[in-house]
Amino acid sequence: MGINRQNYNVDARGYYGKFGGAFVPEMLLPNVLELQENYLEIIHRPSFKKEFDYLLKDYVGRPTPLYLAQRLSQKYQSQIYLKREDLCHTGAHKVNNTIGQILLAKALNKKKIIAETGAGQHGVATATVCALMGMECIIYMGAVDMVRQRPNVERMKILGAEVRAAQSGSQTLKDATNEAMRHWINHPTDTHYIIGSVVGPHPYPDLVARFQSVISQEIKWQLKEQIGTENPDMVIACVGGGSNAAGAYYHYLDRPQVQLVAAEAAGLGVDTDKSAATTFLGSEGVLHGSRTLLMQTADGQVIEPYSISAGLDYPGIGPIHAHLFDSGRAKFCAVTDEEAMLAGIELSRLEGIIPAIETAHAIAVLSKIAIKDKVVVINLSGRGDKDLDTYIKWGKY
Amino acid sequence: MNRIDELFARKKSGVLNIYFTAGYPRADDTLRIARALEVAGTDIIEIGIPYSDPIADGPTIQNSSETALEGGMSLKVLMNQLQELRRYVKIPVILMGYINPILQYGIEQFCVDCKDVGIDGVILPDLPLQEYQEMYQVFFEQNDLFNIFLITPQTSVVRIEKIDEYSKGFIYMVSSASITGAKQAVSDVQIDYFRRVQKMNLKTNKLIGFGISNKETFDNACRFAQGAIIGSAFINQLNQDASDDAIRSFVSAIKD
Repeated sequence: MGINRQNYNVDARGYYGKFGGAFVPEMLLPNVLELQENYLEIIHRPSFKKEFDYLLKDYVGRPTPLYLAQRLSQKYQSQIYLKREDLCHTGAHKVNNTIGQILLAKALNKKKIIAETGAGQHGVATATVCALMGMECIIYMGAVDMVRQRPNVERMKILGAEVRAAQSGSQTLKDATNEAMRHWINHPTDTHYIIGSVVGPHPYPDLVARFQSVISQEIKWQLKEQIGTENPDMVIACVGGGSNAAGAYYHYLDRPQVQLVAAEAAGLGVDTDKSAATTFLGSEGVLHGSRTLLMQTADGQVIEPYSISAGLDYPGIGPIHAHLFDSGRAKFCAVTDEEAMLAGIELSRLEGIIPAIETAHAIAVLSKIAIKDKVVVINLSGRGDKDLDTYIKWGKY
Repeated sequence: MNRIDELFARKKSGVLNIYFTAGYPRADDTLRIARALEVAGTDIIEIGIPYSDPIADGPTIQNSSETALEGGMSLKVLMNQLQELRRYVKIPVILMGYINPILQYGIEQFCVDCKDVGIDGVILPDLPLQEYQEMYQVFFEQNDLFNIFLITPQTSVVRIEKIDEYSKGFIYMVSSASITGAKQAVSDVQIDYFRRVQKMNLKTNKLIGFGISNKETFDNACRFAQGAIIGSAFINQLNQDASDDAIRSFVSAIKD
């Protein structure tokens, strides 16, 4: 089997290098095959593109600004642009994907939507598009996360979604994903599963990356307008499963002059047992239907990760990122809770923008790598409103 | 000859396969329960390798896996326990598990060790057919280990034919679109599916699983296949009473 390490896009079998594929039980295979066989044809239909573009513009509020952060740039003696995904409707980039997937679900004649959520951002973005399209919506959320992220639970309910508590395992994101998959096994014909990140069996990683690729598509022309070139020296994004990073990298994958940097959540540190930095602590295996890097015991049991940020609290990364790591195309940095919180406060003080704590991990990279005199784009994936409790509990501001 | 083939050579109907989770209810119960099942008259024993994220399983098997993992069960511990297997058990024994623990163990090593301890077949629901053919089939064949495939009501005719071609031992016919442990009577839709597959005259034997919980559902399934598989219902029995006597009564109630 020839593996082209320089190809960063998915191949016909659903692999990025040696990562990806569709490791699903026979009960799920028909659903996955239906998507594999139809997704490219559907998303390339002119009518699909037209409605997708229209909703991104008039409903989500795209294009999102590419903003030159002057005081931040001054501090780091570089030219730092913030891609303002935090200004999207619902407060994060997640909605780019849910808009795309609900249109796909409609094209496939599906009547019901299910989704998993960790912090609740993807759940809210899914509940939002289900309200928009008048579709029945069930969101699985870990019972522990439901307590931690109560306001998002209520937002989903206000939007008309049913929120079901995942009671199994550690009762967090990975278990919510398991429960959503079990639900899909039990309802194979009328239900579409909107996965929230570039994870899961093929074609999900590619599907989600394509819907999020609007981020780098806009960065290209916005940067060209502002500085005369499409290419920054560096693109920085945080990676939990990795959907915002996949979108921010997408159109730069084949441009090696653009350095790609990923911020992973180190939690209390990669040398502790409270971390979620998958490329530092993980190894190859299969998680949620794809071959990727994941945090696991020597016996192959999945380890429950830890991060102060619920959105990065995932034991794996999408197969595209495993491949970017393995091939050396992207540089991965581990950012601790403390470093992320300080970076969140720094951005708030210097630019008047309170970022989501996930996003704050990407900001923290500025003080960890050499960026002097460089043009840097940071994907500002979400706003910090949902994280006020965590900021308050942390307290050092 | 593989023990599964030996079994089907002499028994064409009413084959009873019972599943239980390794290390459940207690870490050292694996061989005792296997032995008790054989004495009680079970035809095939299926031992589950516990996994932290079993997406095809309902709450009963999830809970048994969690308990087993907490009790220290792992694939290595299980292989150690199984060193003694063939001193106590003569009937076919199958391991069922998810692919990740086996990848970490090493698939080739796993196949070699299975042969060593006397395992006859393996069910790995999340190992795709294509990956199996391209990368792992050779290890299975070298060790006379049968890879048992699943089909479901949604599996296409073309795919069923392909699975039949690659199958050895038996095909695991999942009775309905569901995870394990779903309780329901056999519906008309299921019977249509059973008949449809029956008419295909597959070369491989079939056992029906999922939703088989008692004598009635077992007998019903046996009308359409060589036998059936009981999983969650037996785990529920172990929850209440895991003694040899209780296991004997459970199996008798189904067979008599």
